[in-house]
Amino acid sequence: MITDVDASLLKKIADLTGKPTGAFNIRKDSGCEARQSTEHIEITPKTDTPGIDIRIKAGTKNEACHIPVIISKTGLSEMVYNDFYVGDNCDVEIVAGCGIHNSGCSESRHDGVHTFYIGKNSRVHYSEKHYGEDAEGADGKNIMNPQTIVYLGENSTMQMDTVQIKGIDSTKRFTKFVCEKGAEAVLTERLLTHGQQSATSEVEIELNGADSKGRVVSRSGARDTSSQVFYPRMVGNDKCFGHTQCDSIIMDDAKIRSIPEIAANSTDAQLIHEAAIGKIAGDQLLKLETLGLTEEQAEDTILKGFLA
Amino acid sequence: MLELKNICYRVSTADGEQDILKNVSAVIDDHKLVVFTGPNGGGKTTLAKVIMGLVHPTSGQILWNGQDITGLGITERAKLGISYGFQQPPRFKGITVHDLLVLAAGQDKLSKDQCCQYLTKVGLCANDYLDREVDVSLSGGEVKRIEIATILARHSDLMIFDEPEAGIDLWSFARLTETFEQIHRQHQSTMIIISHQERIIQLADEIIVVAGGEIRHRGSTEEIFPLILADTLGSCPVLTKEEHNR
Repeated sequence: MITDVDASLLKKIADLTGKPTGAFNIRKDSGCEARQSTEHIEITPKTDTPGIDIRIKAGTKNEACHIPVIISKTGLSEMVYNDFYVGDNCDVEIVAGCGIHNSGCSESRHDGVHTFYIGKNSRVHYSEKHYGEDAEGADGKNIMNPQTIVYLGENSTMQMDTVQIKGIDSTKRFTKFVCEKGAEAVLTERLLTHGQQSATSEVEIELNGADSKGRVVSRSGARDTSSQVFYPRMVGNDKCFGHTQCDSIIMDDAKIRSIPEIAANSTDAQLIHEAAIGKIAGDQLLKLETLGLTEEQAEDTILKGFLA
Repeated sequence: MLELKNICYRVSTADGEQDILKNVSAVIDDHKLVVFTGPNGGGKTTLAKVIMGLVHPTSGQILWNGQDITGLGITERAKLGISYGFQQPPRFKGITVHDLLVLAAGQDKLSKDQCCQYLTKVGLCANDYLDREVDVSLSGGEVKRIEIATILARHSDLMIFDEPEAGIDLWSFARLTETFEQIHRQHQSTMIIISHQERIIQLADEIIVVAGGEIRHRGSTEEIFPLILADTLGSCPVLTKEEHNR
């Protein structure tokens, strides 16, 4: 049964209100709350491990698949494996995401491995949002360790948008793309940490095929005493183009490390990385204060815009 | 009405203490267009920043509509109807032109038509700019015009512009001066414009020449403009010599 708390989580992580249309699988507290396949998108549970297989038929266009995960029990820990098989010539949207509402004092944890096998000439837009909150009086930790591994077939593209909104005490993210000839991987990452939270994000893009492209745009904000570490890695093994850009706003007593790596194993690989960490500029705050915002409102506005 | 009473601003430098503003006093009546002009480093921008609260004077008093605002912060002054267009506006990653206009207007929503009005007044097309981020992808002139549009969106009683012409092309500048003229004609706001441009100086009800941290001259355009020209020639030793030899 979907409670008000569940509905609120689903809205936050997957913009879902009411029953979704198209294919979906709603996982709640390690069980299946609801599932629906369509003519072109089949969702089946795995028999050997927790998780589901999503099979998208070749030629499927303009269809969406929602597979949100919600946890409302304190002390729950799960490891989930979801595999996506996307046929050739598809154009689909996949919305994942995980929300935890911790009702007690024990640690709640969701670890997930999403593996995508994408055929030729397909376009996939994949988005995931991660969010955590504690019930009033509860102080259980919320932990998420998502892994995403994507095998992109010839001339296929994936746009992956990943957002950690707030409330995740600890996260270790690992994202990997393997690009064949003409394939393009675009990753946008938005991460906000506060309190004593910690976040590590490791990204690896292997550009194996000729004319493959990789782009990482990572923006983060760290407040209070939180800490973040980024390891974006771009490997060019053929004629390819790769660009990573990591920008972070550091505030209060936070700590951020950014360790980008570009590795070329071909003379035709063109790889660029940019990384910047800095506090909010004083003139930005002053400008917004002249528009009538308080210093605190100005900081929030700048951070919100930066992470939008 | 804005009253500046005996404003002093002193800073410590490696060479000792330096007076940036020296006992500056002035009254600016409602709905007047006043131009602050004068040589670089004379104290114009500091004086304007003192009014907005961006710089706190060492001594002196600022009254806005009879209220002593000397101890108030920037935000409080903004809420009392004072706005300030920066000479070199900051850029914001992720904040769009539309976002900035909404923040400036102080409303939750601002229609495209309203945004379009503000942007047109500074020579920008809303269709091209509303969704663009105010980041390094915009040129200096574009950011400057967006800055001025945010001041127009505030509809504040006192608008301060620090060298609005800087970095703006001739066509946009002509549009901008029309906008200043219109605001002035319709008695919408009091305007203080820091400028060196003859076209803007000629719009003014009054010119205040700030030099050496003091108000050097003050009066109507007819009175002051010849003095500025004379000062300009007088301050250049080459031109002065040529004049002398004639």
